[in-house]
Amino acid sequence: MTISPDASKELHVFKPMPDLPAPLESVGIIGWLKGNLFSSKINSLLTFAALLFLWKAVPPLISWTIIDATWSLSSTPDPTPKTGACWTFIFVKFRVLMVGLYPQELLWRPILAFVIFGVVCVLTALRRLQTRLLIALWFFLPLPLFFLINGGIGLEIVEQSLWGGLMLSTGLAAIGIIMSIPLGILLALGRRSNMVIVKSLCIGIIESIRGVPLITILFMASVMLPIFLPRGMNINNLLRVQIGIILFSSAYIAEVVRGGLQAISQGQIEAAASIGLKNWTITYFIVLPQALRHVIPSLIGRCVALFKDTSLVIIVGLLDFLGMIKASAQDPEWLGYDAEAYVFCALIYWIICFSMSQYGKSIEHRNQWS
Amino acid sequence: MVITALSFIMMVSTVWSGTLEDIQKKGFLTCGISEGVPGFSIPDSTGQWKGFDVDMARAVAAAVLSDPQKIKFVSLASKQKIIAVSSGQVDLTSRTTTWTLKRDAKQGVDFTKIVFYDGQGFMISKSLGVDSATKIDGATVCVTAGTTSELNLADFARANGLKIEALVFDGKKEALNAYATGRCDCFTTDVSQLASLRTTLAKPEDHQIMPEVISKEPLAPLVRHGDNQWKDIVTWVINGLIAAEENGITAANVLEKKETSNNPVVQRMLGKSGDTGSYLGLDADWLVRAIQAVGNYGEIYDRHFGPSTKLNIPRGVNKLWTQGGLQYALPIR
Repeated sequence: MTISPDASKELHVFKPMPDLPAPLESVGIIGWLKGNLFSSKINSLLTFAALLFLWKAVPPLISWTIIDATWSLSSTPDPTPKTGACWTFIFVKFRVLMVGLYPQELLWRPILAFVIFGVVCVLTALRRLQTRLLIALWFFLPLPLFFLINGGIGLEIVEQSLWGGLMLSTGLAAIGIIMSIPLGILLALGRRSNMVIVKSLCIGIIESIRGVPLITILFMASVMLPIFLPRGMNINNLLRVQIGIILFSSAYIAEVVRGGLQAISQGQIEAAASIGLKNWTITYFIVLPQALRHVIPSLIGRCVALFKDTSLVIIVGLLDFLGMIKASAQDPEWLGYDAEAYVFCALIYWIICFSMSQYGKSIEHRNQWS
Repeated sequence: MVITALSFIMMVSTVWSGTLEDIQKKGFLTCGISEGVPGFSIPDSTGQWKGFDVDMARAVAAAVLSDPQKIKFVSLASKQKIIAVSSGQVDLTSRTTTWTLKRDAKQGVDFTKIVFYDGQGFMISKSLGVDSATKIDGATVCVTAGTTSELNLADFARANGLKIEALVFDGKKEALNAYATGRCDCFTTDVSQLASLRTTLAKPEDHQIMPEVISKEPLAPLVRHGDNQWKDIVTWVINGLIAAEENGITAANVLEKKETSNNPVVQRMLGKSGDTGSYLGLDADWLVRAIQAVGNYGEIYDRHFGPSTKLNIPRGVNKLWTQGGLQYALPIR
């Protein structure tokens, strides 16, 4: 028996009716609004409250920061009272805010250092370089930058008491981070070591540093240490503070890294040992690469925190970015511009910290895919 | 990285000789100053330290090294100012430091000569109609934590039988803001700072500084204890600046006065006659250079606190003794 081509016409084939369009209130803008902003009574109330807040807060903010603000480049304060911000203050103080009291005629040196530093940051963010090369680059970066800013070998030496502003903040943070990551890894490994003395030494260092706030360490380094030094011996204040920051940061990084080390299963280590690998080889090629990958987000978090912590150095008399902001706002020629000063300060800190955490996020994202 | 760490400058001088020789050998003076007190020392827009304390130090540098620019300023936090000088990190601290017995006798420093007679005062809103600090019974007073101001306030309240509630803040700015927003009736700190802080308020004319000064805050530069020659130099440079004002010697006319003045006092001061410089281990022109560099005491005061500045702190007890103040130069001979 054959089925004629026409026979199919007689068969009752199930044909679903075309889908009705989704109800108007669950798609498009309306749907989104309903789902996200007005899903319940409380939610609607919160939405309206937030809208009211934005309505009240944003227009005055914009008019203060931009529309009513003074943008002139003059070098004296505007005598007429203004309703908006006076950014002239920031323009005039820009140099001291960035490099502190660094001599005018040598300004090209910190500028060049900033440019080099910026290029390396961009290269890092774009991930155009191999990881190994990148690590080496960062590790040796402080050396040329230090000589550029400090002088020596043909360049005129610039006293460290003249350093300040954002340059000092980033310098303290960058050297702090670069030095404390390897130190922190060593401490973490030491803490997991089987050698009793090394282990207890590392635990002692980590716990005693983590037991006190950074401000205490800075204070000890800056105020107490000179009392114990022999008369006439004088270790530079900045160096003392930098060492304090490195020690503090490495203790915290050690604990972060230890978390990563614990995530590596014992089985891997035993497997590696069973094929005859030495302890250090196992650590270097098997444990550390995996452990560090696990903790990259928290490491970046520590770096952001460390950058913000550098603002504490003002208590030992160093004029970092925040310190310069404070001092500038107290200049008798320019009294009464605190708001502008602190808004600018917050903006710069936010830009730097946000970029760092975005970079951390992107690494995290890439690791999920690899 | 080790190289980076080591390449930070470590200054190790093994022999501890006299401060004057040390300074002359290294060619510059190291001076501790505040990290920012309006009028006293503050970095200006061009990155130079400016202020009353700064000029005092420059006068010393001019006298000792013939150049007011041969000086390295180290900004010190309040808690470092004594230790920095007693441990030899700086040669001189010129940083709004009150001369007290404990500091002088126990903390390894010597004070030189009082450059500014300060004291703690009160600011109050005019609308309250209070004209004397003894009438602020029941008031809330904003004060900075950890300073002598807090202690003085408690002493003042007890001595006068006043019930005062102290509202303590970490910094002067925070305390002032609290006062400006009405969280307290009164604001207290040193008079020199009340004046400048008042100018930052929204309506300075609505606030008055009350006449009572409840504490003595004589501010003087300090040097390490035990180096008498160095202490003498700093002391007498400041004496010289005050004496210059007493005798009408200014930065502009000092050279002319040296040549033309018949006044034996002026002649001795400026090295025309007598031998004052050699007593200090300096040359005859020590004071001429100091005055040339920064002017006399009155000129320095006016430059940083005078009516032409925004701070405009009345000279008050810092006037010369001949005008009813306390500034009195010891005889230079």
